[in-house]
Amino acid sequence: MAVSYEMYQEQILDHYKHPRNKGSLAGATKNARDTNPLCGDEVVLHLKVDGSDRIADVRFEGQGCAISQASASMLTTIVKGMSLGDATALDRDAILKKLGIPLSAVRLKCALLSLHVLKVALGPKPDVSK
Amino acid sequence: MARKDRMAKPAKMLLNVPAIQADFPILKRTVRDKRLVYLDSAATSQKPKQVIEATSDYYARYNANVHRAIYELGEESTREYEGAREKVADFIHAKAASEIAFTKSTTESINVIAYGYGLKGKIQKGDEILGTVMEHHSNHVPWHFVKDHKGAVLKYVDVADDGTLQLEQYDDLLTRHTKIVTVTLCSNVLGTINPVKEIAKRAHEVGAVCVVDAAQAAPHMPIDVQSLDADFLAFSGHKMLGPTGIGVLYGKAELLEETEPLLGGGEMIREVHLGWAKWNDVPYKFEGGTPNIAGAIGLGVAVDYLTKLGMDAVRAHEMEVTQYALEKFDRLKGVTTYGPKDVKKRAGVVSFTIEGAHPHDIASILDVEGICIRSGHHCAQPLMERFDLPATARASFYIYNGLDDVDALIAGIKRVQEVFA
Repeated sequence: MAVSYEMYQEQILDHYKHPRNKGSLAGATKNARDTNPLCGDEVVLHLKVDGSDRIADVRFEGQGCAISQASASMLTTIVKGMSLGDATALDRDAILKKLGIPLSAVRLKCALLSLHVLKVALGPKPDVSK
Repeated sequence: MARKDRMAKPAKMLLNVPAIQADFPILKRTVRDKRLVYLDSAATSQKPKQVIEATSDYYARYNANVHRAIYELGEESTREYEGAREKVADFIHAKAASEIAFTKSTTESINVIAYGYGLKGKIQKGDEILGTVMEHHSNHVPWHFVKDHKGAVLKYVDVADDGTLQLEQYDDLLTRHTKIVTVTLCSNVLGTINPVKEIAKRAHEVGAVCVVDAAQAAPHMPIDVQSLDADFLAFSGHKMLGPTGIGVLYGKAELLEETEPLLGGGEMIREVHLGWAKWNDVPYKFEGGTPNIAGAIGLGVAVDYLTKLGMDAVRAHEMEVTQYALEKFDRLKGVTTYGPKDVKKRAGVVSFTIEGAHPHDIASILDVEGICIRSGHHCAQPLMERFDLPATARASFYIYNGLDDVDALIAGIKRVQEVFA
Protein backbone atom coordinates (compact mmCIF):
# COMPACT_ATOMS: atom_id res chain seq x y z
CA MET A 1 0.00 0.00 0.00
CA ALA A 2 1.30 3.42 -0.95
CA VAL A 3 2.63 5.76 1.70
CA SER A 4 -0.27 8.20 1.75
CA TYR A 5 -2.86 5.57 2.42
CA GLU A 6 -1.45 5.79 5.93
CA MET A 7 -3.77 8.74 6.33
CA TYR A 8 -6.64 6.29 6.27
CA GLN A 9 -5.35 3.82 8.84
CA GLU A 10 -7.74 1.60 10.68
CA GLN A 11 -8.05 3.77 13.80
CA ILE A 12 -9.02 6.81 11.71
CA LEU A 13 -11.62 4.92 9.72
CA ASP A 14 -12.89 3.30 12.91
CA HIS A 15 -13.50 6.66 14.61
CA TYR A 16 -14.98 8.08 11.38
CA LYS A 17 -17.40 5.22 10.85
CA HIS A 18 -18.16 4.65 14.54
CA PRO A 19 -17.75 8.05 16.20
CA ARG A 20 -17.51 8.10 19.99
CA ASN A 21 -19.59 10.53 22.04
CA LYS A 22 -21.53 11.82 19.06
CA GLY A 23 -24.79 13.69 19.53
CA SER A 24 -26.31 16.47 21.59
CA LEU A 25 -25.83 16.78 25.35
CA ALA A 26 -28.65 17.77 27.67
CA GLY A 27 -27.42 20.08 30.41
CA ALA A 28 -24.24 21.08 28.61
CA THR A 29 -22.55 24.04 30.28
CA LYS A 30 -20.16 24.99 27.49
CA ASN A 31 -20.78 24.83 23.74
CA ALA A 32 -18.84 25.97 20.70
CA ARG A 33 -18.94 25.49 16.97
CA ASP A 34 -16.60 26.26 14.11
CA THR A 35 -16.10 25.36 10.49
CA ASN A 36 -13.15 24.87 8.23
CA PRO A 37 -14.00 27.12 5.28
CA LEU A 38 -11.66 25.16 3.05
CA CYS A 39 -13.49 21.86 3.35
CA GLY A 40 -16.78 22.87 4.87
CA ASP A 41 -15.93 20.65 7.84
CA GLU A 42 -18.04 21.46 10.87
CA VAL A 43 -17.49 20.52 14.52
CA VAL A 44 -19.77 21.41 17.45
CA LEU A 45 -18.65 20.54 20.97
CA HIS A 46 -20.91 20.26 24.01
CA LEU A 47 -19.25 20.04 27.42
CA LYS A 48 -20.79 19.41 30.82
CA VAL A 49 -18.49 20.76 33.53
CA ASP A 50 -19.21 19.61 37.09
CA GLY A 51 -18.81 21.43 40.44
CA SER A 52 -15.17 20.41 40.77
CA ASP A 53 -14.20 21.89 37.38
CA ARG A 54 -14.05 18.53 35.69
CA ILE A 55 -15.42 17.70 32.24
CA ALA A 56 -18.02 15.19 33.40
CA ASP A 57 -19.41 14.57 29.93
CA VAL A 58 -18.80 15.59 26.34
CA ARG A 59 -20.51 15.17 22.97
CA PHE A 60 -19.71 16.36 19.50
CA GLU A 61 -21.78 16.97 16.41
CA GLY A 62 -20.63 17.79 12.93
CA GLN A 63 -19.95 16.68 9.43
CA GLY A 64 -16.95 16.65 7.19
CA CYS A 65 -13.98 14.64 6.08
CA ALA A 66 -12.73 11.53 7.83
CA ILE A 67 -9.77 13.39 9.36
CA SER A 68 -11.86 16.17 10.93
CA GLN A 69 -14.55 13.86 12.28
CA ALA A 70 -12.17 11.15 13.52
CA SER A 71 -10.14 13.85 15.25
CA ALA A 72 -13.28 15.23 16.94
CA SER A 73 -14.26 11.75 18.09
CA MET A 74 -10.76 11.12 19.48
CA LEU A 75 -10.73 14.50 21.21
CA THR A 76 -13.89 13.63 23.12
CA THR A 77 -12.25 10.44 24.41
CA ILE A 78 -9.23 12.48 25.53
CA VAL A 79 -11.07 15.22 27.41
CA LYS A 80 -13.80 13.15 29.03
CA GLY A 81 -13.10 13.21 32.77
CA MET A 82 -10.28 15.73 32.37
CA SER A 83 -9.91 18.77 34.63
CA LEU A 84 -10.58 22.14 33.01
CA GLY A 85 -6.95 23.08 33.62
CA ASP A 86 -5.62 20.05 31.77
CA ALA A 87 -8.13 20.47 28.93
CA THR A 88 -7.17 24.13 28.52
CA ALA A 89 -3.51 23.15 28.39
CA LEU A 90 -4.11 20.48 25.75
CA ASP A 91 -1.95 21.21 22.72
CA ARG A 92 -1.92 20.13 19.10
CA ASP A 93 0.72 17.49 19.69
CA ALA A 94 -1.68 15.55 21.89
CA ILE A 95 -4.21 15.36 19.07
CA LEU A 96 -1.68 14.67 16.33
CA LYS A 97 -0.10 11.90 18.41
CA LYS A 98 -3.49 10.32 18.90
CA LEU A 99 -4.25 10.55 15.17
CA GLY A 100 -0.86 9.04 14.49
CA ILE A 101 -0.80 9.76 10.75
CA PRO A 102 1.27 11.94 8.43
CA LEU A 103 -0.68 15.06 7.43
CA SER A 104 -0.11 17.73 4.81
CA ALA A 105 -0.42 21.39 5.82
CA VAL A 106 -3.87 21.54 4.24
CA ARG A 107 -5.18 18.48 6.06
CA LEU A 108 -3.68 19.71 9.33
CA LYS A 109 -6.52 22.24 9.43
CA CYS A 110 -9.01 19.38 9.28
CA ALA A 111 -7.18 17.54 12.06
CA LEU A 112 -7.01 20.54 14.40
CA LEU A 113 -10.53 21.91 13.92
CA SER A 114 -11.92 20.07 16.95
CA LEU A 115 -9.08 21.30 19.19
CA HIS A 116 -9.82 24.83 18.02
CA VAL A 117 -13.49 24.38 18.94
CA LEU A 118 -12.48 23.04 22.38
CA LYS A 119 -10.36 26.14 22.98
CA VAL A 120 -13.25 28.38 21.96
CA ALA A 121 -15.60 26.47 24.30
CA LEU A 122 -13.19 26.85 27.20
CA GLY A 123 -12.58 30.53 26.23
CA PRO A 124 -12.71 33.45 26.97
CA LYS A 125 -9.91 34.40 24.54
CA PRO A 126 -8.19 31.23 23.54
CA ASP A 127 -4.87 31.30 21.77
CA VAL A 128 -5.17 28.63 19.12
CA SER A 129 -2.18 29.65 17.08
CA LYS A 130 0.16 27.40 19.03
CA MET B 1 -17.10 14.00 -47.81
CA ALA B 2 -13.79 13.59 -46.06
CA ARG B 3 -15.28 14.96 -42.86
CA LYS B 4 -18.19 12.55 -43.06
CA ASP B 5 -15.79 9.61 -43.47
CA ARG B 6 -13.82 10.67 -40.46
CA MET B 7 -16.93 11.14 -38.33
CA ALA B 8 -18.06 7.63 -39.28
CA LYS B 9 -15.02 6.01 -37.68
CA PRO B 10 -15.89 4.82 -34.21
CA ALA B 11 -13.93 5.91 -31.11
CA LYS B 12 -11.66 8.18 -33.14
CA MET B 13 -10.66 11.13 -30.99
CA LEU B 14 -11.17 14.50 -32.62
CA LEU B 15 -7.93 15.86 -31.22
CA ASN B 16 -4.56 14.14 -31.40
CA VAL B 17 -4.22 13.82 -27.62
CA PRO B 18 -0.74 12.22 -27.51
CA ALA B 19 0.63 15.00 -29.76
CA ILE B 20 -1.01 17.63 -27.54
CA GLN B 21 0.30 15.97 -24.38
CA ALA B 22 3.81 16.13 -25.83
CA ASP B 23 3.51 19.94 -25.81
CA PHE B 24 2.91 20.04 -22.03
CA PRO B 25 6.15 19.57 -20.09
CA ILE B 26 4.36 19.00 -16.77
CA LEU B 27 2.56 15.95 -18.13
CA LYS B 28 5.93 14.19 -18.38
CA ARG B 29 6.38 14.22 -14.62
CA THR B 30 5.18 11.57 -12.25
CA VAL B 31 3.53 11.87 -8.85
CA ARG B 32 4.85 9.26 -6.40
CA ASP B 33 5.97 7.17 -9.37
CA LYS B 34 2.49 7.30 -10.87
CA ARG B 35 1.58 8.91 -14.17
CA LEU B 36 0.18 12.41 -13.56
CA VAL B 37 -3.54 12.43 -14.35
CA TYR B 38 -4.54 16.08 -14.29
CA LEU B 39 -8.30 16.52 -13.96
CA ASP B 40 -8.48 19.98 -12.43
CA SER B 41 -8.37 22.24 -15.47
CA ALA B 42 -11.52 24.06 -14.32
CA ALA B 43 -9.34 25.42 -11.50
CA THR B 44 -6.36 26.12 -13.71
CA SER B 45 -5.13 24.54 -16.94
CA GLN B 46 -1.63 23.27 -17.60
CA LYS B 47 0.55 25.25 -20.00
CA PRO B 48 2.05 24.16 -23.31
CA LYS B 49 5.74 24.80 -23.92
CA GLN B 50 4.80 27.40 -26.55
CA VAL B 51 3.24 29.59 -23.82
CA ILE B 52 6.02 28.97 -21.31
CA GLU B 53 8.64 29.84 -23.94
CA ALA B 54 6.79 32.97 -25.06
CA THR B 55 6.78 34.40 -21.53
CA SER B 56 10.42 33.57 -20.86
CA ASP B 57 11.32 34.86 -24.33
CA TYR B 58 9.79 38.22 -23.41
CA TYR B 59 11.94 38.48 -20.29
CA ALA B 60 15.05 37.14 -22.04
CA ARG B 61 14.89 39.21 -25.22
CA TYR B 62 12.70 42.32 -25.12
CA ASN B 63 11.65 43.14 -21.56
CA ALA B 64 10.63 46.80 -21.47
CA ASN B 65 7.60 48.67 -20.24
CA VAL B 66 4.86 49.13 -22.80
CA HIS B 67 3.51 52.27 -24.50
CA ARG B 68 6.11 54.74 -23.33
CA ALA B 69 9.63 53.43 -23.88
CA ILE B 70 11.10 55.23 -26.89
CA TYR B 71 13.58 52.57 -27.85
CA GLU B 72 13.60 49.32 -29.77
CA LEU B 73 12.87 47.01 -26.82
CA GLY B 74 9.83 49.07 -25.89
CA GLU B 75 8.64 49.05 -29.48
CA GLU B 76 8.84 45.28 -29.50
CA SER B 77 7.15 44.75 -26.13
CA THR B 78 4.36 47.17 -27.06
CA ARG B 79 3.88 45.45 -30.42
CA GLU B 80 3.61 42.01 -28.79
CA TYR B 81 1.36 43.26 -25.97
CA GLU B 82 -1.02 44.99 -28.37
CA GLY B 83 -0.79 42.01 -30.72
CA ALA B 84 -2.06 39.83 -27.89
CA ARG B 85 -5.01 42.18 -27.46
CA GLU B 86 -5.87 41.76 -31.13
CA LYS B 87 -5.62 37.96 -30.88
CA VAL B 88 -7.98 37.95 -27.89
CA ALA B 89 -10.41 40.25 -29.73
CA ASP B 90 -10.44 37.90 -32.72
CA PHE B 91 -10.79 34.86 -30.45
CA ILE B 92 -14.12 36.10 -29.06
CA HIS B 93 -15.14 37.96 -32.23
CA ALA B 94 -15.10 41.43 -30.72
CA LYS B 95 -15.61 44.27 -33.17
CA ALA B 96 -12.31 45.92 -32.23
CA ALA B 97 -9.25 45.31 -30.08
CA SER B 98 -10.16 48.46 -28.14
CA GLU B 99 -13.07 46.51 -26.65
CA ILE B 100 -10.55 44.29 -24.82
CA ALA B 101 -8.99 45.43 -21.53
CA PHE B 102 -6.39 43.30 -19.79
CA THR B 103 -6.96 42.73 -16.08
CA LYS B 104 -5.43 40.24 -13.70
CA SER B 105 -8.36 37.82 -13.65
CA THR B 106 -12.03 37.19 -14.28
CA THR B 107 -12.55 38.37 -10.72
CA GLU B 108 -10.93 41.73 -11.42
CA SER B 109 -12.87 42.08 -14.67
CA ILE B 110 -16.20 41.57 -12.92
CA ASN B 111 -15.15 43.95 -10.17
CA VAL B 112 -14.39 46.62 -12.79
CA ILE B 113 -17.91 46.19 -14.18
CA ALA B 114 -19.62 46.13 -10.77
CA TYR B 115 -17.64 49.14 -9.55
CA GLY B 116 -17.22 51.17 -12.71
CA TYR B 117 -20.56 50.56 -14.40
CA GLY B 118 -22.63 49.75 -11.29
CA LEU B 119 -21.42 51.37 -8.12
CA LYS B 120 -19.81 54.49 -9.64
CA GLY B 121 -22.07 54.54 -12.66
CA LYS B 122 -25.65 53.94 -13.50
CA ILE B 123 -27.04 52.06 -10.55
CA GLN B 124 -29.38 53.97 -8.26
CA LYS B 125 -31.20 52.95 -5.09
CA GLY B 126 -33.89 50.41 -5.88
CA ASP B 127 -32.42 49.37 -9.22
CA GLU B 128 -32.35 45.62 -9.63
CA ILE B 129 -29.41 43.40 -10.44
CA LEU B 130 -30.41 39.92 -11.49
CA GLY B 131 -27.94 37.08 -11.01
CA THR B 132 -28.30 33.33 -10.72
CA VAL B 133 -27.85 30.79 -7.94
CA MET B 134 -25.13 28.96 -9.91
CA GLU B 135 -22.64 31.84 -10.05
CA HIS B 136 -19.06 31.61 -8.82
CA HIS B 137 -18.36 33.80 -5.77
CA SER B 138 -16.58 36.23 -8.09
CA ASN B 139 -19.91 36.91 -9.80
CA HIS B 140 -21.73 37.27 -6.48
CA VAL B 141 -19.59 39.34 -4.14
CA PRO B 142 -18.85 42.35 -6.42
CA TRP B 143 -22.62 42.83 -6.74
CA HIS B 144 -22.98 42.68 -2.96
CA PHE B 145 -20.80 45.80 -2.95
CA VAL B 146 -23.26 47.55 -5.27
CA LYS B 147 -26.15 46.55 -3.02
CA ASP B 148 -24.33 47.72 0.11
CA HIS B 149 -23.15 51.07 -1.29
CA LYS B 150 -25.97 52.03 -3.64
CA GLY B 151 -29.01 50.24 -2.25
CA ALA B 152 -29.42 48.10 -5.35
CA VAL B 153 -31.73 45.11 -5.03
CA LEU B 154 -30.20 41.72 -5.81
CA LYS B 155 -32.37 38.95 -7.23
CA TYR B 156 -31.45 35.47 -8.36
CA VAL B 157 -32.70 32.98 -10.90
CA ASP B 158 -32.82 29.54 -9.32
CA VAL B 159 -31.41 26.30 -10.68
CA ALA B 160 -33.64 23.32 -11.48
CA ASP B 161 -32.81 19.87 -10.12
CA ASP B 162 -31.28 18.88 -13.46
CA GLY B 163 -28.74 21.71 -13.11
CA THR B 164 -30.25 24.05 -15.70
CA LEU B 165 -31.44 27.59 -15.04
CA GLN B 166 -35.16 28.08 -14.42
CA LEU B 167 -35.76 30.36 -17.39
CA GLU B 168 -39.50 30.79 -16.78
CA GLN B 169 -38.53 32.25 -13.40
CA TYR B 170 -36.06 34.52 -15.19
CA ASP B 171 -38.94 36.01 -17.18
CA ASP B 172 -40.86 36.67 -13.97
CA LEU B 173 -37.88 38.32 -12.26
CA LEU B 174 -37.06 40.64 -15.17
CA THR B 175 -38.76 44.01 -14.65
CA ARG B 176 -38.35 47.56 -15.85
CA HIS B 177 -36.25 48.06 -12.70
CA THR B 178 -33.71 45.44 -13.83
CA LYS B 179 -30.55 47.27 -14.89
CA ILE B 180 -28.01 44.45 -14.95
CA VAL B 181 -28.38 40.74 -15.65
CA THR B 182 -25.25 38.80 -14.76
CA VAL B 183 -24.83 35.15 -15.61
CA THR B 184 -22.17 32.54 -16.14
CA LEU B 185 -21.90 31.06 -19.60
CA CYS B 186 -20.81 27.77 -18.05
CA SER B 187 -21.12 26.59 -14.43
CA ASN B 188 -17.84 25.66 -12.74
CA VAL B 189 -19.66 23.06 -10.63
CA LEU B 190 -22.43 21.60 -12.78
CA GLY B 191 -20.87 22.19 -16.18
CA THR B 192 -24.20 23.62 -17.33
CA ILE B 193 -23.94 25.77 -20.46
CA ASN B 194 -26.50 28.54 -20.12
CA PRO B 195 -28.48 29.95 -23.08
CA VAL B 196 -26.80 33.33 -22.76
CA LYS B 197 -27.89 34.55 -26.18
CA GLU B 198 -31.52 34.16 -25.15
CA ILE B 199 -30.83 35.55 -21.66
CA ALA B 200 -29.15 38.64 -23.14
CA LYS B 201 -31.99 39.15 -25.64
CA ARG B 202 -34.60 39.19 -22.88
CA ALA B 203 -32.42 41.45 -20.71
CA HIS B 204 -32.17 43.93 -23.57
CA GLU B 205 -35.96 43.91 -23.96
CA VAL B 206 -36.28 45.52 -20.52
CA GLY B 207 -33.31 47.83 -21.09
CA ALA B 208 -30.83 45.93 -18.92
CA VAL B 209 -27.25 45.12 -19.83
CA CYS B 210 -26.02 41.54 -19.76
CA VAL B 211 -22.75 40.68 -18.01
CA VAL B 212 -21.31 37.28 -18.90
CA ASP B 213 -18.82 35.30 -16.80
CA ALA B 214 -16.99 33.25 -19.42
CA ALA B 215 -14.20 31.92 -17.17
CA GLN B 216 -15.29 28.31 -17.71
CA ALA B 217 -16.48 28.80 -21.28
CA ALA B 218 -13.72 30.70 -23.09
CA PRO B 219 -11.18 27.86 -22.73
CA HIS B 220 -13.59 25.18 -23.93
CA MET B 221 -15.96 26.39 -26.64
CA PRO B 222 -16.22 28.95 -29.43
CA ILE B 223 -17.38 32.35 -28.18
CA ASP B 224 -18.82 35.08 -30.35
CA VAL B 225 -19.64 38.15 -28.26
CA GLN B 226 -21.50 39.74 -31.17
CA SER B 227 -23.69 36.72 -31.75
CA LEU B 228 -24.33 36.40 -27.98
CA ASP B 229 -24.92 40.17 -27.90
CA ALA B 230 -23.11 40.21 -24.54
CA ASP B 231 -22.59 43.71 -23.17
CA PHE B 232 -19.69 42.74 -20.92
CA LEU B 233 -17.80 39.46 -20.81
CA ALA B 234 -15.00 38.33 -18.51
CA PHE B 235 -12.51 35.46 -18.53
CA SER B 236 -9.06 34.44 -17.30
CA GLY B 237 -5.90 33.47 -19.13
CA HIS B 238 -4.77 30.73 -16.77
CA LYS B 239 -7.75 28.47 -17.38
CA MET B 240 -7.11 28.50 -21.15
CA LEU B 241 -3.43 27.48 -21.34
CA GLY B 242 -2.20 30.99 -20.54
CA PRO B 243 -0.23 32.30 -17.56
CA THR B 244 -1.74 33.22 -14.21
CA GLY B 245 -2.36 36.88 -13.41
CA ILE B 246 -3.83 37.84 -16.77
CA GLY B 247 -7.55 38.29 -17.34
CA VAL B 248 -9.79 39.79 -19.97
CA LEU B 249 -12.57 42.33 -19.76
CA TYR B 250 -14.64 42.66 -22.91
CA GLY B 251 -17.20 45.41 -23.19
CA LYS B 252 -19.12 47.00 -26.02
CA ALA B 253 -17.28 50.20 -26.91
CA GLU B 254 -20.04 52.58 -25.81
CA LEU B 255 -20.43 50.77 -22.47
CA LEU B 256 -16.71 50.81 -21.73
CA GLU B 257 -16.87 54.57 -22.33
CA GLU B 258 -19.54 54.82 -19.63
CA THR B 259 -17.59 52.64 -17.18
CA GLU B 260 -15.37 54.28 -14.55
CA PRO B 261 -11.90 52.80 -13.94
CA LEU B 262 -11.28 50.73 -10.82
CA LEU B 263 -7.54 51.43 -10.52
CA GLY B 264 -6.14 54.94 -10.62
CA GLY B 265 -2.48 55.43 -11.45
CA GLY B 266 -0.04 55.45 -14.31
CA GLU B 267 -1.05 54.44 -17.83
CA MET B 268 -4.76 54.98 -17.23
CA ILE B 269 -4.61 58.79 -17.46
CA ARG B 270 -4.55 61.37 -20.23
CA GLU B 271 -3.49 64.20 -17.94
CA VAL B 272 -3.04 64.60 -14.20
CA HIS B 273 -3.14 67.79 -12.15
CA LEU B 274 -3.12 68.43 -8.44
CA GLY B 275 -6.49 67.19 -7.31
CA TRP B 276 -7.89 66.00 -10.62
CA ALA B 277 -7.17 63.93 -13.70
CA LYS B 278 -8.63 63.00 -17.07
CA TRP B 279 -8.83 59.37 -18.03
CA ASN B 280 -7.02 57.79 -20.90
CA ASP B 281 -8.98 56.27 -23.79
CA VAL B 282 -10.68 52.91 -23.63
CA PRO B 283 -9.30 50.32 -22.97
CA TYR B 284 -6.19 51.91 -21.40
CA LYS B 285 -8.16 53.65 -18.68
CA PHE B 286 -8.78 50.18 -17.19
CA GLU B 287 -5.09 49.25 -17.19
CA GLY B 288 -3.67 51.41 -14.41
CA GLY B 289 -0.15 50.43 -13.39
CA THR B 290 2.37 48.46 -15.42
CA PRO B 291 0.33 45.60 -16.85
CA ASN B 292 1.21 41.91 -16.83
CA ILE B 293 3.08 42.18 -20.12
CA ALA B 294 4.50 38.66 -20.14
CA GLY B 295 1.09 37.35 -19.11
CA ALA B 296 -0.68 39.08 -21.98
CA ILE B 297 1.89 37.86 -24.49
CA GLY B 298 1.59 34.33 -23.09
CA LEU B 299 -2.19 34.54 -23.35
CA GLY B 300 -1.84 35.60 -26.98
CA VAL B 301 0.19 32.47 -27.66
CA ALA B 302 -2.37 30.35 -25.79
CA VAL B 303 -5.04 31.81 -28.07
CA ASP B 304 -2.86 30.86 -31.06
CA TYR B 305 -2.56 27.32 -29.74
CA LEU B 306 -6.32 26.91 -29.23
CA THR B 307 -7.14 28.55 -32.53
CA LYS B 308 -4.83 26.17 -34.34
CA LEU B 309 -6.65 23.21 -32.77
CA GLY B 310 -9.96 24.86 -33.56
CA MET B 311 -12.45 25.66 -30.80
CA ASP B 312 -15.09 23.49 -32.47
CA ALA B 313 -12.71 20.53 -32.26
CA VAL B 314 -11.85 21.38 -28.65
CA ARG B 315 -15.53 21.41 -27.76
CA ALA B 316 -16.23 18.18 -29.66
CA HIS B 317 -13.31 16.45 -27.96
CA GLU B 318 -14.52 17.45 -24.52
CA MET B 319 -18.05 16.32 -25.31
CA GLU B 320 -16.67 12.94 -26.24
CA VAL B 321 -14.58 12.60 -23.06
CA THR B 322 -17.47 13.86 -20.91
CA GLN B 323 -19.94 11.46 -22.53
CA TYR B 324 -17.54 8.59 -21.86
CA ALA B 325 -17.08 9.72 -18.24
CA LEU B 326 -20.81 10.10 -17.57
CA GLU B 327 -21.46 6.61 -18.93
CA LYS B 328 -18.75 5.17 -16.67
CA PHE B 329 -20.07 7.12 -13.67
CA ASP B 330 -23.59 5.85 -14.31
CA ARG B 331 -22.40 2.29 -13.83
CA LEU B 332 -20.87 3.00 -10.41
CA LYS B 333 -23.02 2.15 -7.41
CA GLY B 334 -23.11 4.71 -4.58
CA VAL B 335 -21.78 7.53 -6.76
CA THR B 336 -23.89 10.56 -7.73
CA THR B 337 -23.07 13.07 -10.45
CA TYR B 338 -24.60 16.54 -10.75
CA GLY B 339 -25.60 18.68 -13.69
CA PRO B 340 -27.27 18.03 -17.04
CA LYS B 341 -26.99 14.48 -18.42
CA ASP B 342 -26.97 15.69 -22.02
CA VAL B 343 -23.40 16.58 -23.05
CA LYS B 344 -24.76 19.11 -25.54
CA LYS B 345 -25.92 21.13 -22.55
CA ARG B 346 -22.80 20.82 -20.46
CA ALA B 347 -19.05 21.22 -20.49
CA GLY B 348 -16.38 18.81 -19.31
CA VAL B 349 -16.88 19.49 -15.61
CA VAL B 350 -18.22 16.58 -13.58
CA SER B 351 -19.06 17.10 -9.91
CA PHE B 352 -19.73 13.94 -7.96
CA THR B 353 -20.16 12.53 -4.49
CA ILE B 354 -19.49 9.05 -3.16
CA GLU B 355 -21.70 7.58 -0.46
CA GLY B 356 -19.80 7.37 2.85
CA ALA B 357 -16.72 9.29 1.68
CA HIS B 358 -16.23 13.03 2.12
CA PRO B 359 -14.99 14.83 -1.03
CA HIS B 360 -11.75 15.79 0.69
CA ASP B 361 -11.04 12.17 1.47
CA ILE B 362 -11.84 11.29 -2.14
CA ALA B 363 -9.30 13.87 -3.32
CA SER B 364 -6.68 12.63 -0.84
CA ILE B 365 -7.00 9.03 -1.97
CA LEU B 366 -7.02 9.91 -5.68
CA ASP B 367 -3.91 12.00 -5.01
CA VAL B 368 -2.13 8.82 -3.93
CA GLU B 369 -2.83 7.47 -7.42
CA GLY B 370 -1.43 10.62 -9.06
CA ILE B 371 -4.90 11.88 -9.96
CA CYS B 372 -5.59 15.59 -9.39
CA ILE B 373 -9.21 16.52 -8.79
CA ARG B 374 -10.84 19.33 -6.83
CA SER B 375 -12.94 18.99 -3.70
CA GLY B 376 -14.89 21.51 -1.71
CA HIS B 377 -17.54 24.10 -2.45
CA HIS B 378 -15.79 25.33 -5.62
CA CYS B 379 -16.36 28.99 -4.67
CA ALA B 380 -20.06 28.45 -5.28
CA GLN B 381 -21.56 28.18 -1.80
CA PRO B 382 -25.05 29.41 -2.78
CA LEU B 383 -25.22 26.63 -5.37
CA MET B 384 -24.01 24.02 -2.88
CA GLU B 385 -26.72 25.19 -0.46
CA ARG B 386 -29.30 24.91 -3.25
CA PHE B 387 -28.39 21.24 -3.67
CA ASP B 388 -27.95 20.80 0.10
CA LEU B 389 -24.36 19.64 -0.35
CA PRO B 390 -21.49 20.59 1.99
CA ALA B 391 -19.01 19.81 -0.77
CA THR B 392 -18.49 17.78 -3.93
CA ALA B 393 -15.54 16.22 -5.68
CA ARG B 394 -15.00 17.60 -9.18
CA ALA B 395 -13.13 16.26 -12.19
CA SER B 396 -12.69 18.53 -15.19
CA PHE B 397 -11.33 17.71 -18.63
CA TYR B 398 -9.34 19.56 -21.24
CA ILE B 399 -7.57 19.04 -24.54
CA TYR B 400 -4.79 16.92 -23.01
CA ASN B 401 -7.14 14.44 -21.35
CA GLY B 402 -7.87 11.18 -23.09
CA LEU B 403 -10.28 8.39 -22.27
CA ASP B 404 -7.50 6.63 -20.32
CA ASP B 405 -7.60 9.53 -17.84
CA VAL B 406 -11.28 8.81 -17.28
CA ASP B 407 -10.45 5.13 -16.78
CA ALA B 408 -7.83 6.09 -14.17
CA LEU B 409 -10.40 8.27 -12.39
CA ILE B 410 -12.98 5.49 -12.31
CA ALA B 411 -10.40 3.01 -10.98
CA GLY B 412 -9.44 5.56 -8.32
CA ILE B 413 -13.05 6.00 -7.27
CA LYS B 414 -13.34 2.23 -6.82
CA ARG B 415 -10.26 2.42 -4.61
CA VAL B 416 -11.95 5.14 -2.51
CA GLN B 417 -14.96 2.88 -2.12
CA GLU B 418 -12.72 0.04 -0.93
CA VAL B 419 -11.10 2.25 1.72
CA PHE B 420 -14.46 3.48 3.01
CA ALA B 421 -16.35 0.21 2.57
